[in-house]
Amino acid sequence: MRCGTTSQGRSCPRNCKRIKPSNMPLANRLGRRTRRLSASQETGRRHRSNSFGDGPAEGIVLKISLAAPGAAATLVVARAADRAVLPLLIGGVVLLFLVSLGVGAVRLPIGSVVAALFGFGGEIQQTIVQDIRLPRALLAMAIGAIHGLSGAALQGLLRNPLASPSLFGAPQAAAFGAVLVIATGLADVLSFALPFAAILMAFASVFVLIAVAGRNSSLLLLILAGLALSSLAGAATALALNLSANPFAALEISFWLLGSLEDRSFHHLALALPFIVCGGWLLLARRDAFRALSLGEETAQSLGVNVAGLRLQVIIGVALGVGAAVAVSGTIGFIGLMAPHLMRPLVGHDPGRLLWPSALAGAALLLAADIAVRIIPSSTGIKVGVLTALIGVPFFLYLIMRERRRLGGGLA
Amino acid sequence: MTMSDYLTVEQLGIKLGGRLLVKDISFALPRRSLVALVGPNGAGKTTLLRALAGLVPSQGRVTIDGKDLAGLAVRERALRFAYLPQGHAVHWPLPVRDVVALGRYPHGATDPQRLGPHDAATVDRALHEADLIALQSRPVTELSGGERSRVALARALATQAPVLLADEPIASLDPYYQLSVMALLRKQADAGALVIVVTHDLGLAARFADRVLILRDGRLTNSGPPDLALAADALAEAFAIEAFRGAHEGQPVIVPWAAR
Repeated sequence: MRCGTTSQGRSCPRNCKRIKPSNMPLANRLGRRTRRLSASQETGRRHRSNSFGDGPAEGIVLKISLAAPGAAATLVVARAADRAVLPLLIGGVVLLFLVSLGVGAVRLPIGSVVAALFGFGGEIQQTIVQDIRLPRALLAMAIGAIHGLSGAALQGLLRNPLASPSLFGAPQAAAFGAVLVIATGLADVLSFALPFAAILMAFASVFVLIAVAGRNSSLLLLILAGLALSSLAGAATALALNLSANPFAALEISFWLLGSLEDRSFHHLALALPFIVCGGWLLLARRDAFRALSLGEETAQSLGVNVAGLRLQVIIGVALGVGAAVAVSGTIGFIGLMAPHLMRPLVGHDPGRLLWPSALAGAALLLAADIAVRIIPSSTGIKVGVLTALIGVPFFLYLIMRERRRLGGGLA
Repeated sequence: MTMSDYLTVEQLGIKLGGRLLVKDISFALPRRSLVALVGPNGAGKTTLLRALAGLVPSQGRVTIDGKDLAGLAVRERALRFAYLPQGHAVHWPLPVRDVVALGRYPHGATDPQRLGPHDAATVDRALHEADLIALQSRPVTELSGGERSRVALARALATQAPVLLADEPIASLDPYYQLSVMALLRKQADAGALVIVVTHDLGLAARFADRVLILRDGRLTNSGPPDLALAADALAEAFAIEAFRGAHEGQPVIVPWAAR
């Protein structure tokens, strides 16, 4: 369909621009509708005074009956694309999950991975898949998902695409909590004290961040406060290492801080998963409130959203999820920034619809990163947290560049 | 206070950040009326509106339909008051239709993509009334300021609340839409709503309102039908201006003329 040849209707070119070539039959139908739409718009304009108030009703009826299907059709097309997102993401996560089970010192084809997973095939293969690689892959999936979900929730709460747990210092603070427990010898690495301390510190840092930056805070304030908090957490972690009596423990902790999923067992999974599930549930439960919040806090409140309660729920959810994730994997950053950003255009920018896809995309990203660190040849093995930061930081710089105009002129 | 009064405010005081912004305000308003809330900058108009919408804490007593506002749950209040703030910020590029559909949020229709038939029809009507049918699939962030303010108005209409609180709904509009929006608010009032509009346009206030409330330094200094409340001495006292006063087609005309 070429709009220029049909008529001069105002909305016509815009309608057509939205249609992908793959949808030609629909586009044809739509084209016919837009032609009628522009005719009706002419009517609308000629009777401009009718569009409000007390004019004769005929013009109004004509406008609704002809114009509504045409303009609404573009929405229908966009929403059909929405519905394909979740199944595709789930398929991708399952595939990456299976690949993750097959990659390592011993490479297994997907067929034998599936067989070993369900208790068939050789005993060694079963041990490799079920005992060594399964907890690692499950952790990658859960931790990636909670990072993606936390990022999407924070971005929804603060209505800003640059918000993410790692920029606000939450993982760094959680790491400090965990390090404190290890370095002071309060508990060993496999006790529940670890996730508790990490969650507590993550909660404190997000709480302080939002308290310091204020309710309707600009991004600049949030990032500055986040920078300060992550520096503080970093310094506190360094101090804990500094004062640690055992130099070997210090070395081990600093490696652990880099973020890795190597050699994690079902015990680690049991340590983190309950908190991750609780945190994820808290965040997912408020999908609709994020949508109302896109109109600003005051309007959301006037629509019946308890904004203060929502803020607290998001802080607790992020702290539970990120804190528990950090307690078993160390700091793995930038998944929470990337996942929502990649998914947002696919769900029509709806912050409520963004949460599930972001969780799945986060899971896929971390699974992929964890596969990559096992494939990339290196002498000691690259830490997955290092890889996500290496990819994430340039991505963040790109986002800043894209948002530069908005950041430069009057902060949102 | 008569039986027909729908919204009553008694000795309302609002203190924010240690400053008393609104002092001892009392009034009672019936349904089926359009009320213009006017006054100089900083008089407390927006604060008063926000207090009525339940966005800031206040002292005193407000009742709606005989019920004490303080005893209403957040959602109950949301069903009774539609609030249209200044600025019309939308933070994500959502389609116009979805933004308007958020007006159905207090009714439990929290997902614009899964509206029931009644909610969808209400949204369609609101889109139509604000002349937005042709724009309904456009991302709201791509629209002009005037178009965005009409989207915000349509969102407030879709709530179908008995009280509509509009904070400068015509501030960024061209004359055509200023008149259209005021006519639309007038129509809502005639259909049974109580519409309270904050505006600086004394001419449109005089032309469309049933009643004008003048706020100055946080106090209600004058209240009544437009020709009385906006009389020469009242304008001189509240705004320190002189105005041309006349009539056209049987309606009052007020044009601010000179600062005193």
